[in-house]
Amino acid sequence: MKQFVSLIKKEFHHILRDRRTMFILLGMPIAQIILFGFALTNEVKNARIAVYDQSKDIATAALITEINSSRYFDIENNLNSYKEIEETFKKGSIKLAIVFPQNFHDDLQHFNKAQVQLVTDASDPNTANALSNYATAIIKDYENRITNDRKLPYTIKTETRMLYNPQLKGSYSMVPGVMAMVLMLVCTMMTAITIVKEKELGTMEILLVSPLKPIKIIVAKAVPYLLLSIVNISTILLLSVFVLEVPINGSLLLLIFESVLFTLVCLAFGLLISASTGSQQIAMFISLTGMFLPTIMLSGFMFPIENMPLPLQIISNIVPAKWYYSIVNAVMIKGAGIEIVWKQTLVLAGITLLLLALSIRKFKIRLA
Amino acid sequence: MKPVVVDHITKTYSSKKDKVTALNDISFEVEEGELFGIIGPDGAGKTSLFRIIATLLVQDSGKATVEGLDSVKDYKEIRNILGYMPGRFSLYQDLTVEENLNFFATIFNTTVNENYDLIKDIYSQIEPFKKRRAGKLSGGMKQKLALSCALIHKPSVLLLDEPTTGVDAVSRKEFWEMLKKLKQQGITILVSTPYMDEAGLCDRIALVQNGEVLSLDTPQGIIDSFENPLLAVRSNDMLKLLKRLKSARGVDDAYPFGEYHHVVLQKNYNKDDLSDYLVKEEPGTEIISAQPNIEDCFMNLMKN
Repeated sequence: MKQFVSLIKKEFHHILRDRRTMFILLGMPIAQIILFGFALTNEVKNARIAVYDQSKDIATAALITEINSSRYFDIENNLNSYKEIEETFKKGSIKLAIVFPQNFHDDLQHFNKAQVQLVTDASDPNTANALSNYATAIIKDYENRITNDRKLPYTIKTETRMLYNPQLKGSYSMVPGVMAMVLMLVCTMMTAITIVKEKELGTMEILLVSPLKPIKIIVAKAVPYLLLSIVNISTILLLSVFVLEVPINGSLLLLIFESVLFTLVCLAFGLLISASTGSQQIAMFISLTGMFLPTIMLSGFMFPIENMPLPLQIISNIVPAKWYYSIVNAVMIKGAGIEIVWKQTLVLAGITLLLLALSIRKFKIRLA
Repeated sequence: MKPVVVDHITKTYSSKKDKVTALNDISFEVEEGELFGIIGPDGAGKTSLFRIIATLLVQDSGKATVEGLDSVKDYKEIRNILGYMPGRFSLYQDLTVEENLNFFATIFNTTVNENYDLIKDIYSQIEPFKKRRAGKLSGGMKQKLALSCALIHKPSVLLLDEPTTGVDAVSRKEFWEMLKKLKQQGITILVSTPYMDEAGLCDRIALVQNGEVLSLDTPQGIIDSFENPLLAVRSNDMLKLLKRLKSARGVDDAYPFGEYHHVVLQKNYNKDDLSDYLVKEEPGTEIISAQPNIEDCFMNLMKN
């Protein structure tokens, strides 16, 4: 036991005395949350648009005011011809153009129907889609208001409720993703380097000639990073609740427990890489390609897994971040309890045990 | 049971292209409480040999034992009783002197206080710097710290792999004095070095080249076995002199040795035979008889 404590103390000295690494470890979650929360969002706000209003009547005026006052759009300029639409798009100054034909109000009044054209810049398809949806919603809103006074036969009104995230904030799906990413980076990459570093510096030679058991060396390497990760988990949760205003709807305790479990998976994977490679560069490379990329691509955080081809869907099952992401999503955002996420929890626990056993087996008791 | 027995050990490293034999059927025994030196140039196989004895490598064939324990089968037991200091400085550079020592004491299930008397002489020299990080120590001090750490669990056998390589002359001398003191405490010491001048400080030495023992004896015994006449020759043009010596009649070997060239004569020749030949051409040539040392013996053994 004294040996073990001494090993952990030594490991802490390594981490705490390397100020730069320390700074990265503790600063990264803050930077990522702020980046993803404010800068790298796929919500569209204040998109610049142009209007080509050929009828200039009370209806179009009302609609334009409505659109301009929403937080999604800013009307950049009023156009006077079709030709100008193309030109303005080419200049890249607008994302959407709204065209009202002549006699918009008259048509609405006399034929009960009028047309609006939405022209979007689909070189960025996601934004184009989002913008046309927003604009359509505003126009539908207006339509509802004016038809309310009259009785129309056979109308079906769709009423949509956005559950758990009524404002459709991007940060709701971003926080679980960032948690997975940060824990992965801190735990996998840092632990992957740690044993290899001892091999490179030659200190492993002395550790091996000592009576220390491999399991002690390995577990002692993981403990400090586990504690650091708990600090990081707390930072991320505090930031997301108080800065990004993402609520924790489920049990905080369960959330922390699941996060620690995921940390263990990452640690075990890092240790496995560390035990089976010979240089810090290779260890870093493997942890980046083997863990970080799948986490971003196949966890469902950036791209929905349901849309992937079947082979990728199957592969995504061995990506621990996929399970963790769905757990955090369920617990934090939807307020689910352990009775809902027990399956994912078991998968994570299983992966941890498997990786840990492998890394202890892989740990070499000799130099070659 | 002898503290260290190396019995017909062979070790080869194979890469894709070729196979390198590091140790070729090497055997020797180290006596209890002996200071045993493995002397040989770089690449002779010293480090491989030490790593096999230290249970860090597995030999291809043969057997090594430490205090009767097999280096492959009983590696766990050996790791309790062995002190090992690798050739490269292998302590934690970001830990202080004191922290390193405490750490190694703890992982060997002991404390610094328990065996302090064993390392007192060595450690007291670096104790004023105990709060300094090990990476910031000078070369000589690093070696002292490494030795202290290797000794802290009171090993019965101490393996020192090239402890004085890259250390200044004064620290080297100090280091060997420390080894002598340790020997008096009854610790069996196996030390390797590429420096021939350190061979004389060992009780017995094995001269090693290409993974084979060329000769194994006390330093004096090895010197005594050098039977040919040895001369030291000097002139104004040393390079020309060496060429002439190599082609001279009765010369077995000639090589630069400090300010002189050492000349090994064939047994039935003597100094006068050579002096006639040399002085005739270059009157200023100085020729004196020389006492062989370990280096001469090594050169001689390597040649044969």
